[in-house]
Amino acid sequence: MAPTREVAVVSYASWSSPAELQRNEVEMLMPVVAEAVADSGLPREEIGFTVSGSCDYLIGAPFSFVSALDAVGAWPPIRESHVEMDAAWALYEAWIQIQKGSVDSALVYGFGKASSGDPSEIFTLQLDPYTVGPLWPDTISVAALQARAWMDRTGGSEQDLVEVGARSLRNWAWANGVDLEPDAVDVLLAQPTIASPLRPGDIAPDTDGCAAIVLAADDLARELAARRDLRPAWITGIDHRIEPQALGLRDLSLSTSTTLAALTAGLADGPVDVAELHTQFSHEEHILREALGLEDGTNVNPSGGPLQANPPMTAGLMRIGEAAARVMDGEAGRAVAHATSGPCLQQNLVCVLEGEDA
Amino acid sequence: MADEVLVQHHTLEYPGGYTRTVGPVIGRYLTGLRDGRLVAVRLADGRVMIPPAEYDPVTGDDAGESDDDFVEVGPAGVVTSWTWISEPREKHPLDHPFAFALVRPDGADTAIVHVVDSGTEHAMHTGMRVVPRWRDERVGSTLDIEAWVPEATGGASAASPASSTEPVTTMSSPVKLEYDIGAGLAATRFLLGLAQRRILGQRTGPGGEVYVPPRGSDPKTGTPTVDEVEVGPRGVVTTFCVVNLPFSPLAPEVPYVCAQILLDGADIALFGLVADMPAADVRQGLRVEAVWADEVGPTLESIKWYRPTGEPDAAYDSYKEYL
Repeated sequence: MAPTREVAVVSYASWSSPAELQRNEVEMLMPVVAEAVADSGLPREEIGFTVSGSCDYLIGAPFSFVSALDAVGAWPPIRESHVEMDAAWALYEAWIQIQKGSVDSALVYGFGKASSGDPSEIFTLQLDPYTVGPLWPDTISVAALQARAWMDRTGGSEQDLVEVGARSLRNWAWANGVDLEPDAVDVLLAQPTIASPLRPGDIAPDTDGCAAIVLAADDLARELAARRDLRPAWITGIDHRIEPQALGLRDLSLSTSTTLAALTAGLADGPVDVAELHTQFSHEEHILREALGLEDGTNVNPSGGPLQANPPMTAGLMRIGEAAARVMDGEAGRAVAHATSGPCLQQNLVCVLEGEDA
Repeated sequence: MADEVLVQHHTLEYPGGYTRTVGPVIGRYLTGLRDGRLVAVRLADGRVMIPPAEYDPVTGDDAGESDDDFVEVGPAGVVTSWTWISEPREKHPLDHPFAFALVRPDGADTAIVHVVDSGTEHAMHTGMRVVPRWRDERVGSTLDIEAWVPEATGGASAASPASSTEPVTTMSSPVKLEYDIGAGLAATRFLLGLAQRRILGQRTGPGGEVYVPPRGSDPKTGTPTVDEVEVGPRGVVTTFCVVNLPFSPLAPEVPYVCAQILLDGADIALFGLVADMPAADVRQGLRVEAVWADEVGPTLESIKWYRPTGEPDAAYDSYKEYL
């Protein structure tokens, strides 16, 4: 849909850990939601819409997203919604609500704990249950089919894969002020494959975490950002597209849905300083760079990206938050965030963020 | 706050398998597998799709509406992508190293996800030709092909006769996922309290509403409940129902009474059974107290049920906000 209102990210907070063994989801989420709301400068009760993304299968219990509302403060009753997807799609719903004109602001959050179960088996349930599910291809094996398809088409090597993981590690270390061994690529390449051609360094780690974003429209966004001497990260384009579920029906070496979403989001209308891509496997960065038409000057995943921290149902929203943070602090004039859902980049969301008013 | 949180093992499972009706199109595919044949569907533009679906995934048009739309493909095919699994998982179909692969049967324009039993990773390459190794006992399942094997090794033979001539209309597949669910800090305090015959709630601070069981937040405000408060063991029945079927393993007899009990000091009612009195005499406002099990532990079952205290009934106004 053609946007009629200017909508911006005005605050972002996140938290992640390889495994949160103390707090439950509500306890994990509470401080992150509180931080995003406080940073927005908007009193909680004035936020027009609340929407979240999560997956009940992660803890094997229905309606776990309803209990998560205990972290938000939902009294008096609020306008609320939920998607059983990465919270990047919750942000899309919030953006639609604001475009409709029914609200001027929204709180979006996502949460997920990989540590409660085995996500690589849990997400096997999203494959076709009739003809594929009985084989139990785990998510790593399925991704490896895509990695091989990309290598076969482009002549790319396993080193090309591992270099993505190594750069992600370097970026993460830089962003977090950690010293790193200089021979990281060699170390990663020396590891045995888990599902060839993928090695541990090519695969996003299991992570627990959550993230929250506050969106605001038009003058409200300008006013909130000005109070903190930041500029809003304006969403100048956002779209998402999906491809067939059956893996044998599409060319896995390409991401046609990403290309289409980027086209609608107007990505090619200007230079891209920063790209935060929802790359859960190293080869996905190569496929996405091509699908998005990114040039060498674009800084890809300066946060380290999902290959360092990949909380389920949250890492996509974190891409929007990280890209927005680079725009808000002035490091990037124009940034793109990408989120994905489903096996082998089945569904892709592209969000373009800019520092200057559209 | 507790340093160690309680963890509960949890299994999500459909015992015996989740049963699905397969419909006429996938049913034909599964019937074909049962018969030792690969059945695909021809789409309007001539493409041959396997596994078949009821629709063209590009146009959304109906597919497979007439018998003429179905064609047999393969059985030999070509590997279009693959990954070597050197350490199979328990759920994987083979218990020794193998490849997951996309296999495009001869005559088809799409590939199916399956496994290749090639012995070594070295024997695998994109473009290799493979043939199905059929199981002797076939039921109408993807697993009727035990694995694909390199055509060069000639390891496959023709399928044995099918066990039935009836069309396959349903399938059953096992689903079992294992979890270790952490209770979190607040619920751990509550459960450990029960093991000491204490009922522990939490609030944000003096004057805050007391929640039991606590979940770590005041749900009205989303702020942490850092202040622990012991509540009960006496309280008032706010609402109840009489159950005439033996659902609860804790109930002493049928009929029994399920009730919401507002424990003294709490601001939210807790679920419990009411017993040691005729079910017909249970009423709103009844004063009750917890009856502890002989063996208590970090579980709600530590409270057997609630029994009447003999105190005068509570006035409606004292609990009407908690209904």
